[in-house]
Amino acid sequence: MSLSQAELAVERADSGEETGGSLLGEAWKRLRRNPVAIIGAVLILLFVLVAIFAPLLAPFSPTERVGQTTPTSIPGPTAEHLLGLDDLGRDELSRVIYGARQSLIVGVVSLILGATGGILLGLLAGAFGGWVDNLVMRIVDIMLSVPGLLFAIAVAAALGQSLTSVMIAIAVVNIPIFARLLRGQMLAQRDSDYALAARSLGVRHRDIVLKHVLPNSVSPVIVQGTLTLATAIIDAAALSFLGLGGADPSVPEWGRMLADTQRYLAVAPQLAVFPGLAIVFSALGFTLLGESLREAIDPKYRR
Amino acid sequence: MRLSPNPRRVLAATMGGVLAVTLAACGGDSGGPTTGGDTGGTDDSAASAKTLVFGASADPVIIDGAFVSDGESIRVIRQIFEGLVTTEAGGTDIVPALAESWEVDEAGTTWTFSLREGVTFHDGSEFNAEAVCTNFDRWYNFTDILQSPSVSYYWQTVFGGFAQNEGDLPESLYSSCEAQDPTTAVITLSKPSATFLTSLSLPAFSMASPQALQEFGADDVSGSGESPQFTGTYGTEHPTGTGPYKFQDWTRGDKLTITANEDYWGDKAQIGTVIFRPIADGPARRQALEAGDIDGYDLVDPSDVQALEDAGFQILRRPAFNVGYIGFNQSGPPMDNPKFREAVAYAINREDLVTTKYPEGAEVATQFQPPQLWGYNDGVPTYDYDPDKAKQLIEESGITKPAVEFWFPTDVSRPYMPDPAGNFQLIKADLEAAGIAVTSKSAPWSPDYLDAVDNGKAQMYLLGWTGDFGDPDNFIGTFFQTPQKSWGFKNQQLFNALDEAEAEPDQDKREELYQDINAQIMEFLPGLPYVHTEPAIAFRPGVDGYVPSPVNNEDFNKVTLSEG
Amino acid sequence: MLRFVVRRLLLLVPILFGLSVLLFIWVRALPGGPAVALLGERATPEQIARIESLYGLDRPLYEQYFSFVRRAAQLDFGASIRTNQPVIDEIQRRFPATIELSVAAMIFAVGIGIPLGYFAARRYGTWLDNLSVSGSLLGITIPVFFLAFILKYIFAVKLGVLPTSGRQDVRLIVDHPTNFYVLDGLVTGNWNAAWDALQHLILPAIALGTIPLAIIVRITRASVLDVVHEDYVRTAEAKGLVKGTITRRHVLRNAMLPVATIIGLQTGLLLSGAILTETVFAFPGVGSFVFGAISFRDYAVLQGFILFIAVIYVLVNLVVDISYGLIDPRVRVR
Repeated sequence: MSLSQAELAVERADSGEETGGSLLGEAWKRLRRNPVAIIGAVLILLFVLVAIFAPLLAPFSPTERVGQTTPTSIPGPTAEHLLGLDDLGRDELSRVIYGARQSLIVGVVSLILGATGGILLGLLAGAFGGWVDNLVMRIVDIMLSVPGLLFAIAVAAALGQSLTSVMIAIAVVNIPIFARLLRGQMLAQRDSDYALAARSLGVRHRDIVLKHVLPNSVSPVIVQGTLTLATAIIDAAALSFLGLGGADPSVPEWGRMLADTQRYLAVAPQLAVFPGLAIVFSALGFTLLGESLREAIDPKYRR
Repeated sequence: MRLSPNPRRVLAATMGGVLAVTLAACGGDSGGPTTGGDTGGTDDSAASAKTLVFGASADPVIIDGAFVSDGESIRVIRQIFEGLVTTEAGGTDIVPALAESWEVDEAGTTWTFSLREGVTFHDGSEFNAEAVCTNFDRWYNFTDILQSPSVSYYWQTVFGGFAQNEGDLPESLYSSCEAQDPTTAVITLSKPSATFLTSLSLPAFSMASPQALQEFGADDVSGSGESPQFTGTYGTEHPTGTGPYKFQDWTRGDKLTITANEDYWGDKAQIGTVIFRPIADGPARRQALEAGDIDGYDLVDPSDVQALEDAGFQILRRPAFNVGYIGFNQSGPPMDNPKFREAVAYAINREDLVTTKYPEGAEVATQFQPPQLWGYNDGVPTYDYDPDKAKQLIEESGITKPAVEFWFPTDVSRPYMPDPAGNFQLIKADLEAAGIAVTSKSAPWSPDYLDAVDNGKAQMYLLGWTGDFGDPDNFIGTFFQTPQKSWGFKNQQLFNALDEAEAEPDQDKREELYQDINAQIMEFLPGLPYVHTEPAIAFRPGVDGYVPSPVNNEDFNKVTLSEG
Repeated sequence: MLRFVVRRLLLLVPILFGLSVLLFIWVRALPGGPAVALLGERATPEQIARIESLYGLDRPLYEQYFSFVRRAAQLDFGASIRTNQPVIDEIQRRFPATIELSVAAMIFAVGIGIPLGYFAARRYGTWLDNLSVSGSLLGITIPVFFLAFILKYIFAVKLGVLPTSGRQDVRLIVDHPTNFYVLDGLVTGNWNAAWDALQHLILPAIALGTIPLAIIVRITRASVLDVVHEDYVRTAEAKGLVKGTITRRHVLRNAMLPVATIIGLQTGLLLSGAILTETVFAFPGVGSFVFGAISFRDYAVLQGFILFIAVIYVLVNLVVDISYGLIDPRVRVR
């Protein structure tokens, strides 16, 4: 390869960022035309807005008792309480609304922790290669050899009952997924034309990674992140369903609300249905958008 | 009233018919299906062909009274074993069982039991005074891990220590046993005790066949891996007593089967087979009853009582023999401040708590023992809900920023506390309304929560107690007779008063003493009792003769089954 | 080929080593330390000291680790605090139930998933396709415990047609030569028992099989779409081969490769999904036992179970990898 060709390749790669941008732009166009993506985005938007503006939207405080209940009479939906009261006489709608906050916080924090950890590990493996790569990938293999939920249970059990341990548990489960993803991206791009070309031009290794490889890994990470939020919401619900959630039961958490009201199945089945639907719809939102994103960005999935 | 016929059962019956033909064609086979219970429309002639399936909340731990303190093990042990004495059906009075009569000498330390004649164990060996002494000496001589409080809990509660104490245990109340003749056993105690006889009704002190204990290595323990384990097969495959039912088999996690003892000395069982089936999940137990998978179950959730009754199921209620309370740990501020404890008592709306979380029959508690038990005092201070007074008392207490750490257990449902998290949330809201900041602390019931409470780590906590026998000593004596880390106080006056009451031989005087102590306790306010409940048990229609007992001494041998 | 298998087997060594270190550290990181965690309820300081010296918890860490590995290699994971039985016995006793449930769930997932995915692909863009795609997305997002709740409410509580708990009507007197209850019924000629066991499997199998179903539908659909557009299928069509022959000979056979992989990979997920499913349906398998172990802090059981599941998971992946290598030589080059 002559020098000029190499320069050309680098140039192509640099402009490739622009084409990458227009690729993203094209993806965006495809996304806007995809009804599945729009439904997903709307669900997410709804979920995020509800979570952020919970104090404005909730008609009552989630912890204030607004009516008298007994174990055998729990009022269902009325005009004043659209989803009825919960077993302690609190407004169910307000609790479901505030529950969105918990889910969003757990989802986002565990995603950020897990993705950061995974990306760093993946970078380490991809950038150094050799024994570092080997070591990191074996650690990733080990972490992946325990099924996700079981892994999260083990971590949460060791850390004790709190919201923080739920977030850490879910984050830890996500680390190997992101690590493997990023390393794969790095390997694919390390051998790409522009990276070879840049190297032959004497561009420093670090700069290649930072300027070319990393930016090109953004879209798969975004896709994976969106899908991870869906599993994070479900796993957090599963953990609190198993009794490994936050310490204070008066803080509304969908998984716990669903678990705690199983006993009222005969008297007030609605108490399990509403938080259950909330979990399904918020997780569905992230799944729909994530899948559409993947299709839009990666042509292999298009069809 | 019977629910609409279950299509599955009809189908099963049809399949049974088909099978009979198939079997006949094959020349017969022993493995044919025998369906009892509500499908057995044709075989109600022979009682022994009937089967009752009971939904338990968990697997038993081991079928050996000496090693258990959990309700599900005890439920099975009660059917297979008997003690020297027992409690009357549906009450707490002591009546004869394997001992026909007994007397105590003037010193109150030598007890002579006249035993029932002609009783045999399920393995055919004879029950006699030798057997009684073998059992007592077995418990008395426990060593090593068997001295762990979680293994021999009841022995340590009643008798204190062992022949050779390995840990920091008191001298044993038991001193020796002598078989004077085959029907006379003499037990000598190291000091008089008013509760000795009553406590012998506990399933922990039931009589096991010495031959079986020996043959199947009841006390064999080995250490393998990182924790001890029982290596003998006695408690898992060969429990052998004298009771109306015999152990048949046990598939862990699936079912435990007992069958009628045809040679039983008393009322023979009406139902040939009783199966205990563990269903851990409360709602799943109710659904199993509704679906006809089981004939009855215990620990009915308060919210299910009404629905089950409406659907025609029977709800039996045990007399209230328990107490749910909030414990205060006085080892540090603010709980060591009497005014603050009083403020907490006034701040909590117990009336509302009981209405919201408990079923019919539950009542607000004013003291640490149920009203049905002698020694109850109508005149104790009651601290009726008064948030204003609570705020005022906090001011008087001199505590400027009142804050507490409040513990509640998870993964548990107790008769006095069906939904701990629910109770916690209501109490937390009340405390916060009175201006007390509450930090939530939770842990799984066993072992983390109980550890935290027992070791004095929990400042305020939810706990309770179900009585084992009909004596106030079993309630307030258990709680307050000795200094305990969970309460964190040393009140010598109270300890002495309880010692005196326990040793008092005159019943009328004892009653008076306990009444005084109950008042004294509620003035001292070491915790706040809030509820006595009537734990419910559910059966399908057609199950008759089950007598609910305040101390859970419930026999299946008087139960009958018919089409509901 | 042999070299490939040997290399894959060698890769197992670091994984198992790492896993054992992880589990070893885990028990030591638990609140209260290993003696308290393993001894459980209200142990006295004397007992703790005794247990610690008895089991060498006062010896150097590396010695403890080697003795842990030695015991684990002999399948000795200690005894359950709740039942005092060896953990391996508990797992063995309950494992057939979990396998039976997992197989039923897999039959449900494969039996519906492959035809649905296939027809969705062949009728690309029709309502059937859209329905199966959106249905499978919903299937992935619905939590197992919520689905179980809905199934129970509809089929058991409202309609009363299916049992909600257990593996079999306990009133039936049945021999269990294999401990797979449906099989037992068939082997012993007890049709009644087999039918009853099968009915008990239906709801939990649906609850557990829904996520694999959703994934299999999507993978089948995607790989059928891939294959249909491959040249050889087009050629076959151009050659005028009958559609049925094309389907059989080319499309299905080639499309099944990724599907088979996914089925293998789902095994581990089924085992962890069984924790929730078995608990909600009171199904006496390993999963419900582990749920109990979580709430009772029965760490010996959790330790044994995690190692057990991980080894199965790793082995299944290995088998998938090797068989993949046998079928598709290109994989071996990597």
